[in-house]
Amino acid sequence: MTAVEQGEPLAAVRGLHFRRGGRSIFDGVDMTIRRGQVTAIMGPSGSGKTTLLRLLGGQLHPHGGTVEVMGQEVPALGRRALYRLRQQMGILFQSGALFTHLSVFENVAFPVREHTDLPEALLETLVLLKLEAVGLRGARDLMPSELSGGMARRVAMARAIALDPVLVMYDEPFAGQDPITMGVLVDLIRRLNDILGLSSVVVSHDVHETLAIADHVYLLADGALIAEGSPAELQASADPSVRQFLDARPDGPVPFHYPAPELAEDLAGRRRP
Amino acid sequence: MTELLRRVGARTLEGLRGVGEAVLLVARILRAAPVVALRPRLLIEQLYAVGVQSMVIILVSALFIGMVLGLQGYYTLSDFGAIEAVGTMVALSLVRELGPVVTALLFAGRAGSSLTAEVGLMKATEQLSSMEMMAVDPERRILAPRFFAALLAVPLLTAVFSVIGILGGYLVTVGMIGIDGGPFWSNMQNAVTIRGDILNGVIKSVAFGFLAGWIALHKGYMAEPTSSGVSRATTLGVVHASLAVLGLDFLLTALMFE
Repeated sequence: MTAVEQGEPLAAVRGLHFRRGGRSIFDGVDMTIRRGQVTAIMGPSGSGKTTLLRLLGGQLHPHGGTVEVMGQEVPALGRRALYRLRQQMGILFQSGALFTHLSVFENVAFPVREHTDLPEALLETLVLLKLEAVGLRGARDLMPSELSGGMARRVAMARAIALDPVLVMYDEPFAGQDPITMGVLVDLIRRLNDILGLSSVVVSHDVHETLAIADHVYLLADGALIAEGSPAELQASADPSVRQFLDARPDGPVPFHYPAPELAEDLAGRRRP
Repeated sequence: MTELLRRVGARTLEGLRGVGEAVLLVARILRAAPVVALRPRLLIEQLYAVGVQSMVIILVSALFIGMVLGLQGYYTLSDFGAIEAVGTMVALSLVRELGPVVTALLFAGRAGSSLTAEVGLMKATEQLSSMEMMAVDPERRILAPRFFAALLAVPLLTAVFSVIGILGGYLVTVGMIGIDGGPFWSNMQNAVTIRGDILNGVIKSVAFGFLAGWIALHKGYMAEPTSSGVSRATTLGVVHASLAVLGLDFLLTALMFE
């Protein structure tokens, strides 16, 4: 891949508006995901990070603005075209979302069996190579219930890259993992991206892990983009919202308290008959 | 008053929307029939899960229901000196009504509930979502084989139920009470017709299989993706399927046996 291709936009969101139950999740967000890069989307819980992945994958439709992936306007695609596009995307759900009735091997083989007619021997080689890439070739016969949380995510990673996608999206890959597993996952995301020539989107609120591997970071809060740039640029930012998130301060522009009347007023009010 | 009207209206609209959703879902599932035909393995796996694994409850229930029918038939008919008609009574009750209805009710409880819970949990654990993102349509890959398996399994289980029920009746009346086995079978052979009784029973069982599979899958697919949502969907699935089967049975009986 040449340097020019590397920086080319692969997906773009422009003027994105999305509401859920009267609450605005995105209110005019612009974002570009570039080829060959690891793009991180960060923000507090409830800032719509997972929703953004679902919008990119065409599982949700925006209420305004455009969502373009690989030159195609996702919300405008028919079922067939959308499914063709999705074959070039891999997604790792927060829970792993492995098929509980299938073994590790069969989970990774699933998309390959569904979309290709590979002979069994070739399919086995392919699946074992994918499992080798995430270090779980030896776990091929285990069932998902026998895996630890970190292993389940690695199997889901192997499944997400089974069809050699162009774009891989990770939804909170580090949430709830121990430090060793986190280190393994951080390293895997970066290595898979570089070795397989993928483009990755990592949605996360784990600051250190995400900044360590991202090429470009978008910081979301309250339905808007509050900052973007390289990890170094973000670290150097003096913006109070950015600082609150990066330094994990409990109170700041994102308030600790859910909106409520003054405490004294509230307590006095309760005593009134 | 206006509040009451508003609530009734809202509930009615919600109910109608649910029915509309369910009809659209089954239409999409029916359109996926060629996919299932091209991959018979998926259907066979589901036939095993919903059909073969329901055999024990069907066999045991059929045996006991047949035995009770034989016993009650004997008590009642012997008052009128018509005990030779007991075979006919057992067979007609089973083939026309009890076979299809009880099989469908047992199926809704045994296999329908497991279909709802399975699909609901797949939804709650994002397995259906991840399938969609792998460009695999869960309605074709997961729902369609299960629906067609239910559609095939209920008539087959009904046939088993009726045969075992008749044997149960025979066991009690001929084997235990000691009435003559000759009239038991010959009167049955004379009275039960292929077109009037057996075919109508088959039509009923196909209709019930359609309903049981449809309702179970719809409830699971539309379940709220939480543990309480899946449990509510499973209960509602069994209740709605059972009521629908009983209601449709009355309708079909009124139309078939005028």
